[in-house]
Amino acid sequence: MTLLSKTSRPVSRRNFIIGSSAAGLSLGVLAGCTASETGSTVEAPDYSSLPANPEVNAWVHIHHDDTVNVRIVRSEMGQGTSTGLAQLVAEELECDWDKIQVEFPTPGQSLARNRVWGSFGTGGSQGVRGSQKYVREGAAAARIMLIEAAANDWGVPASECIAANGIITHKASKNKTSFGAVAAAAAKLSPPEKVVLKDPKNWTIIGAPKKRLDTADKLTGALKYGSDLYFEGMKLAAIKDCPILGGSLKSFDASVPMSMAGVREVLQIGNAVVVVADSWWQAHSALEATPIEWDGGELASYSSKDIDALLEDGLGASETFTGNKGGDVAAALKTAAKTVKATYGVPAQNHATMEPMNATALWTKDKCEVWCPTQNGEAALSAAAKAAGLPPEQCEVYKVLLGGGFGRRGMSDYVTQAVEIAKAMPGIHIKLQWSREEDMRHGFYHPVTQAKLTGGLDADGNLVGVDLKISGQSILAALAPQALANGVDYATFQGLLPSGVNPRLEDQILKYSFPNFHIHHAMRNPPVRPGFWRGVNLNQNAIYLESFMDEMAHAANRDPLEFRLAHLKDAPKMAAVLSAVAKKGGWGAKDGKSRGLACIYGFGSYVAACSQVSISKDGKLKIEKITAATDCGHAANPQQIEAQVQGSFVYGLSAMLYGEITYKDGQVEQTNFDTYNSMRIADMPEVDVIIMPSGGFWGGVGEPTIAVGAPSVLNAIYAATGKRIRQLPLKNQNLST
Amino acid sequence: MAILNVNGKKTEFSGDEDTPLLWALREQLGLTGTKYGCGIAQCGACTIHIDGEAVRSCVYPVGALEGSEKITTIEGLSETGEHPVQQAWAELDVPQCGFCQPGMIMAVSALLAENPNASDADIDETITNICRCGTFVRIREGIHLAKKKL
Ligand code: FES
Ligand code: FES
Repeated sequence: MTLLSKTSRPVSRRNFIIGSSAAGLSLGVLAGCTASETGSTVEAPDYSSLPANPEVNAWVHIHHDDTVNVRIVRSEMGQGTSTGLAQLVAEELECDWDKIQVEFPTPGQSLARNRVWGSFGTGGSQGVRGSQKYVREGAAAARIMLIEAAANDWGVPASECIAANGIITHKASKNKTSFGAVAAAAAKLSPPEKVVLKDPKNWTIIGAPKKRLDTADKLTGALKYGSDLYFEGMKLAAIKDCPILGGSLKSFDASVPMSMAGVREVLQIGNAVVVVADSWWQAHSALEATPIEWDGGELASYSSKDIDALLEDGLGASETFTGNKGGDVAAALKTAAKTVKATYGVPAQNHATMEPMNATALWTKDKCEVWCPTQNGEAALSAAAKAAGLPPEQCEVYKVLLGGGFGRRGMSDYVTQAVEIAKAMPGIHIKLQWSREEDMRHGFYHPVTQAKLTGGLDADGNLVGVDLKISGQSILAALAPQALANGVDYATFQGLLPSGVNPRLEDQILKYSFPNFHIHHAMRNPPVRPGFWRGVNLNQNAIYLESFMDEMAHAANRDPLEFRLAHLKDAPKMAAVLSAVAKKGGWGAKDGKSRGLACIYGFGSYVAACSQVSISKDGKLKIEKITAATDCGHAANPQQIEAQVQGSFVYGLSAMLYGEITYKDGQVEQTNFDTYNSMRIADMPEVDVIIMPSGGFWGGVGEPTIAVGAPSVLNAIYAATGKRIRQLPLKNQNLST
Repeated sequence: MAILNVNGKKTEFSGDEDTPLLWALREQLGLTGTKYGCGIAQCGACTIHIDGEAVRSCVYPVGALEGSEKITTIEGLSETGEHPVQQAWAELDVPQCGFCQPGMIMAVSALLAENPNASDADIDETITNICRCGTFVRIREGIHLAKKKL
C-alpha cells in the first residue's frame, strides 16, 4: 500500500513533469508504428555514437534509424489533419509510412524562421487543402536532396537513382542506401530550384485509408490534453467572468475564498474573479463560494425577445446588402402563377467542445510560456505576448492536442486570461481551467439569423424567381471588421455566392441556376459574441435554401430530386452527388419510408444527403439513416473522411435537435449539457458515406457535409408528417400527427 | 480520511470528503485519463468502474467510499491497452479528438462485462455518454467487434 505523504503541497502526481525547454517537442510528437513494432527481428543498430542528423529541410527531419519526423503546424483537434498531411509528405518523400512521426513546430520557431511552415490557422476546412501544395513541394524537395546525396556518394548521376519506401537505389549498380544514412549529407545540399509533384494517378499513400497516427494514447488515458498538464509547483485557477452582456464586476469578498483550503490567491482579471489554489477542485469550490456582485449595465434586461425583434426588423428592411443576383426577381414574382412564402430561423449555438477551455502559463519578467490547445498557434502567441507585455520573441506557445475545436479554439481569450493570471503570480505555472458553465456562458456563438423566402412558379410548375433575404448577425463585423467590403460581410452568403467575384470565397458559391433571383442580407448584429462554428454560415444557408427548394418542389407538384436537378444542369458535380445519395438512399422507393434530400457546395466540396426518418404518432422522431456523398476532389484519406462526415452530422444534428443559446436578464440561459443537450448514441442514425472524389481540386472535408444533415432531415420530416419545420431547434416543435 | 483503492493500489485521500472522486483521481493520483466534461453527470467523460460498475465520478464524493470498493480507471482497465474494447477501438480508428473516449471505453467495458451480448437496444439505453466529435457510428461498430473478442 502506498500512502502519499502529506506535505504542504497536497496535489501529487505521477511522473508527468515537462521541462519547459523540451516541452515543445516532447508534447508535439505523434508516433506512428515504430520499427520495433513492425516485426523486424534484426537487432537495431546502435547510432548513439553518431551526432544527430540535422533536418533535411523545414518539413522533414530523418533520423539515423530512418524514422521520419514530419513537421506540421496545422492543429490536430480530432479531424485527422495531421495524419492526412503526413500522407501527403510521405507520398512525395517516398519514405516508409511505418516510420513516420508527426511533430508540431512551435509558433516561436516559426517566427524565428520567417514563417517557413506557413499558416498555423486551422479552420475553414483548410487543414489539408490550404497547405497541400507547399507541404508536398517541401517533401518532394527533400526527396530530391536525399537522392542527390546518395548519388554524390556513389559518384553517379542523380537521374540514375530512385527512391522508394525510404530506400534509394542506383538502378544500374543496384547500390542501395537508406534515407537515414544520407540525411546529414542531403541537409548540406542546396534545395532544388524546381520540383515536379507526382501525378495523382501514381499516388499510393494519398488516397489510402491509413490508420490515424494518434490513436493509441487516446485509448489508455495516456494522452495529455491541455487540462491534464502538470508542472512541479503548478497552481490551478478557476475563473468566473461577468455573465451579463456588457456588464462589469462591481465587487467581491475575497475573504471567503481566502479562508478556504488550498486557496493561494484571489484576483480580479478584467471583469472576472479568479481563484488560484493548490488543486482545481479547491479553486472551483472557493470561487463558487465567493460572494460576487455584478454591475449589469445597459443590457441587464436583454433577452432573446430583443434578438427576435431585431431580426424581424431586418426581415422587413428594404435596405440590404446583395450577395448574389440575376435577372429581375421582382418582375418575375409579379407574373408568377403561384408564389410561395416562408420565414425560417436558426438560433445561436455554442461550440461546447468536449474539453472545456484551458491554458497553462508561466510568466517571468523576461519570458512567457504557454501550453494550450489552440486552432491557431500564431494567434495564441500574439495574444500571449500582448497579455505578457513582452515581445513575441520572448514568448512561446506549445500546442497540445485539442479535446475538440470546432472553431472555438481559433479564439485566444482563454490564453489571454491564463497569461494575465500568471503575470500576477510570476514564476509559477498557472493552469487555468474553465468550468463547463463558464464555457457555456462565454462562447463565441454560431450567429443567429432568420430568413424570408419568396418563390414564384409559372403555370407549368417551373421556378421563375426566388428571393432569399437573410436577417441577422455577421461574424466578421464583430471579429474582423477590416474584412468587410464596404460594410458587406460576403461570408454570410456561404454557399450562395456568385462565381468570379470574391476569390477568397470562390469555394462557397451557389450551384443552382435560377432565372431570376436575389440573395441579400440585412445585417442585424445583436450584442452577443458571434464566432466561427463548424460549418459557419453554410449551416443556416443550406437549411434555408434546401428546405425552400423542397417547399417549391411540393408547391409545383414535382419530385424534389427532379426539381433540384432541373436547376443543376450547369453543375454536373453537384448533380452527381445528389443523384448518388438519391440512388443509394432509396429515394423514390415505394417502401413506406419518409425521405428528404439536400445538397450544397461549400468549403470547396460538393455534398449531398438523403435522410430517412420515421415519426411515431406522438411525435417521436427517429432518424433512421443518412446516405451522404461528398466530392472533395482529391480524398487524402477516405476512412478519415468517412469519420468526418459521420461526426459532422452529430454536430449539426445536435444543433437541429436540441441546440439553442438564449438570453434572459442579459445572460446566457444555458449552463451545461442538461440545458444544452447533445446527441447520444441512441439518437444516431446509420450513416452511409459515399466518397466520390472526381479529382483535379482539393475540397474541404471537416465542415461541408454538416450543412446537408439538418435540411435533409427536415425535408424527410415533411415527407413523414406534412409539417414544415421552419424554426429550430426541434425540441421546441411538436411533431405529433 | 477516505481510502481510495484504485487500480489495485490503496491511497489515503488528504482533501475534503466532499471532493468528487474525479478530482481526487485527477489531482491527487495524477490519473488524468478520467476527464472532466460537465461535472453534473451528463456527459460521461468521467466514467470509471466501482466494483465493476460504470460510475460517473464527477458527482461521486470521495466521502461516500468505504475503502473496500475497487475503483478502476482507464489507466487500470488493462495492463497494455489490450482490453477487447481498446483493441476494437484501435482496429476501427474510433477516436477523433479522443477526449470522451476514456469515459466511453469505461462505460462500454462495464456494459459488456455485465452483458456480453449487448444488443443495439441495450447500447442505446446504457451508453449515454456525449461525444461532440460524433464518433457514435464507429462506437457502435466497436462494441459489436469487442463482443467477438471477449
Ligand atoms: S464530467 Fe462527469 S458526467 Fe460529465
Ligand atoms: S472523440 Fe472528441 S468528443 Fe468524442
